[in-house]
Amino acid sequence: MDYDTLRIIWWALLGVLLIGLAVMDGFDLGTAILLPFVAKNDLERRVVINTVGPVWEGNQVWLILGGGAIFAAWPPLYAASFSGFYLAMFLVLLALILRPGGFKYRSKLQSPVWRTTWDWALFVGGFVPALVFGVAFGNLFMGVDYGLDSDLRLHIGITLLSLLNPFALLAGLISVAMLTLHGATWLAIKADGLPGQRARKVVPYAALAFVILFTIAGVWTRSLDGFRITSDFVADGPSNPLLKTVARVPGGWWENYSAHPLYWIAPLVAYLGALIAVLASRTKGTVIAWIGSALVPAGTIATAGLSLFPFFLPSSTHPDASLTVWDASSSKLTLEIMLGATAVFLPIIIAYTSWAYSVLRGPVKAESIMSDSHGNY
Amino acid sequence: MDVVELSRLQFAATALYHFLFVPLTLGLSILLGIMETVYVMTGRAIWRDMVKFWGALFGINFAMGVATGLTMEFQFGTNWAYYSHYVGDIFGAPLAIEGLMAFFLEATMIGLFFFGWKKMSRVSHLAVTWALALGTNFSALWILIANGWMQFPVGARFNVDTMRMEVTNFMDVLFNPVAQAKFVHTVSAGYVVGSVFVLSISALYLLRGKHVELAKRSMTVAASFGLASALSVVVLGDESGYMAGLNQKMKVAAIEAMWNTEPAPASFTVFGIPDLKTHTTHYEVKVPWVLGLIATRSTDTPVLGINDLVWLAKIRIRNGLIAYDDLLKLKKDRSDESVRRDLDAHVDDLGYALLLKRFRPDIQNASEEEINLAAESTIPNVPVLFWSFRFMVGLGFYFIALFAYAFYLSAKRKFPGSRTFLRVALYSLPLPWIAAELGWIVAEYGRQPWVIEGVLPTALGVSSQSVGNVTFSLLGFVVFYSVLLVADIFLLTKYIRLGPDGTLGHPVADPSDRVVTE
Repeated sequence: MDYDTLRIIWWALLGVLLIGLAVMDGFDLGTAILLPFVAKNDLERRVVINTVGPVWEGNQVWLILGGGAIFAAWPPLYAASFSGFYLAMFLVLLALILRPGGFKYRSKLQSPVWRTTWDWALFVGGFVPALVFGVAFGNLFMGVDYGLDSDLRLHIGITLLSLLNPFALLAGLISVAMLTLHGATWLAIKADGLPGQRARKVVPYAALAFVILFTIAGVWTRSLDGFRITSDFVADGPSNPLLKTVARVPGGWWENYSAHPLYWIAPLVAYLGALIAVLASRTKGTVIAWIGSALVPAGTIATAGLSLFPFFLPSSTHPDASLTVWDASSSKLTLEIMLGATAVFLPIIIAYTSWAYSVLRGPVKAESIMSDSHGNY
Repeated sequence: MDVVELSRLQFAATALYHFLFVPLTLGLSILLGIMETVYVMTGRAIWRDMVKFWGALFGINFAMGVATGLTMEFQFGTNWAYYSHYVGDIFGAPLAIEGLMAFFLEATMIGLFFFGWKKMSRVSHLAVTWALALGTNFSALWILIANGWMQFPVGARFNVDTMRMEVTNFMDVLFNPVAQAKFVHTVSAGYVVGSVFVLSISALYLLRGKHVELAKRSMTVAASFGLASALSVVVLGDESGYMAGLNQKMKVAAIEAMWNTEPAPASFTVFGIPDLKTHTTHYEVKVPWVLGLIATRSTDTPVLGINDLVWLAKIRIRNGLIAYDDLLKLKKDRSDESVRRDLDAHVDDLGYALLLKRFRPDIQNASEEEINLAAESTIPNVPVLFWSFRFMVGLGFYFIALFAYAFYLSAKRKFPGSRTFLRVALYSLPLPWIAAELGWIVAEYGRQPWVIEGVLPTALGVSSQSVGNVTFSLLGFVVFYSVLLVADIFLLTKYIRLGPDGTLGHPVADPSDRVVTE
């Protein structure tokens, strides 16, 4: 397979992994965000927690796999994004580290203070990553402050405050809205009784919030400066970002959509997903509604990726150093090996994950938690 | 402190924390598999209750392993960005495959392990438990393939067009002999941790005369599995020593505090006080032949001493400077084929020239004095390695003795044995953790000043981060992890005190109880 084809495939696989993360880990982050609002007493909170209790660890591996896959397939991107967003990543890590305790330790003691503390820890562990991932994505459209020297060593000028610009914060809110929606459709199916009913009532509001924010962001990108490669470049050349030149182009993020009208399917999928989620959960929680809310992050991430292509992480201060699909990948051999490993293992993962969900099917009921208080979270 | 020191401190702190939980997960997962196998084969309910009780403690520990593991996956990027760029082409792949092949399996199965008891057949649940153990151990395999490459970077070559190392032969990375040796040594160490954990807590119950039936059975399993593991950790540790002797000669010499090359076969220093200033070791007590046999598996190959290795490093630095000079020329004119050929001839020593970066940025102008300093900087911290290694090995032999005696008691059906034995078993609880952490120090601190042995000096691997950022995150991790560790130990202690009955919420089954249907 050609090097440039492999790069395109790995760009698409990165999208698949991010969508996998948003769909699979997204609903348990959303569930944690909803925890304080849909559950009013300890038993209700345990119902909510136990809807994701057996599966959140498996879901979180999408994040770990995402990190590993970016490291393996796009090492310069891994280096630039993780070190560039240093304090933001640190916040996400601390928030995520709260989650294992929140699930595993919370119900091991009776003390209300202990349990309430872990409930808030779970909320933070859901809200902060959802927000920060969105903010990080928003900053890709703005470009961030970094450069590369002739040894390809990164020089970072990004500060936490510079990441908190209005457009990025809007992207953060989009992320929170869509994951809350996704958590709500999950709870509507899995949480028996009042918590599930309350979650179902959140669906139209979360969907509406998403649609409004997503539309504003889309219109806003029209007036942002996009990026464009202005020099000749070799699509199967060495991964050295300094071999090209890049210019900023007003409205550049819409260029791909003008050139390829089919790309409009991506935002349509996001809108359609939100609509399905609302319509299919009018009377009760349904799997169709959950699939609808899963299409929302899928369409949103695809929309962003297609708009940015071929850029991953544009540099606002040294545009030529921007990392793109053509110059930020691993060697051809590594991309081939990793493609082989993914082709073998991803179907196996999907198979046993599906089996796990089918074993755990059915709503979580308050009575079953009371009858096996030691076995549940 | 500068960014390099802070980043190293943060990595060491977070890795040592992570490595408090991982070995117990490795060992306990297999022990759970063994206990549940007995349950499924005999149908005796007490074995199911054993799995559930030790499983509850496993879960508390597993949560911390996952929490601290996240940091490890991201930390290469956040704090070691140049490292990630320079070797990501090779190092990233095993990490990603770890996620694909191992961690996904482990993390999916842990949910079913706890929540699946009533939702699947006995045999299915047993399969879940073994899949969990398998995932855990595969995870260690891929992490150690990645780590083994840091110790012995095979199958890769520097590419001047991308300014980084790139893989040339993935099979060499995969079947790296150092990685294989480290894998078996490390998982065996984990099995010892798990076995001592079960042995000690069972001893506590037997001393108090509580939960006797469960404790006796747990102890039997721990004794036999622990003996096999303790033997293998020492034997396979020897294999690690031999592999280090092939590649990391400086590490072996530093562990031995062997300043001068000895005539073959070299002797092993049991005791001594290494003196960094004079390059001598005082009060040495030596056993003839032993080191030569361990490190070279021969009686006629000499083991090189530190002083000779420094002299060799000097030669490699000079050679590396030729490669560096070629690199500077190629940055100006990428198409000069003769310079490319010359670089190819010297590129294996490029890393040695980069050691000079600590002393001046324009290393092509390095003075003789600076070259000497850079060569000297290849010596790791000799006293720390010397003593860490000796305590680790001493503990290894202690575990063999402990488990051999426990195994003897169980084979002769003299369980639980004397109160003295039970007390010794109880107070041995922290020892395998100490041994495991010392093992990390020998392997990773002993690799310094390299982050990739002979290829990339540690100081060059860091991100361009501000001191403030790294200080903040370091303090954050220390405080945060400590709070979680307190919660973890508090819960473990509470559940150990509560005992199996309290943990399960019902009395442990009688040894004669059989489960006919669930």
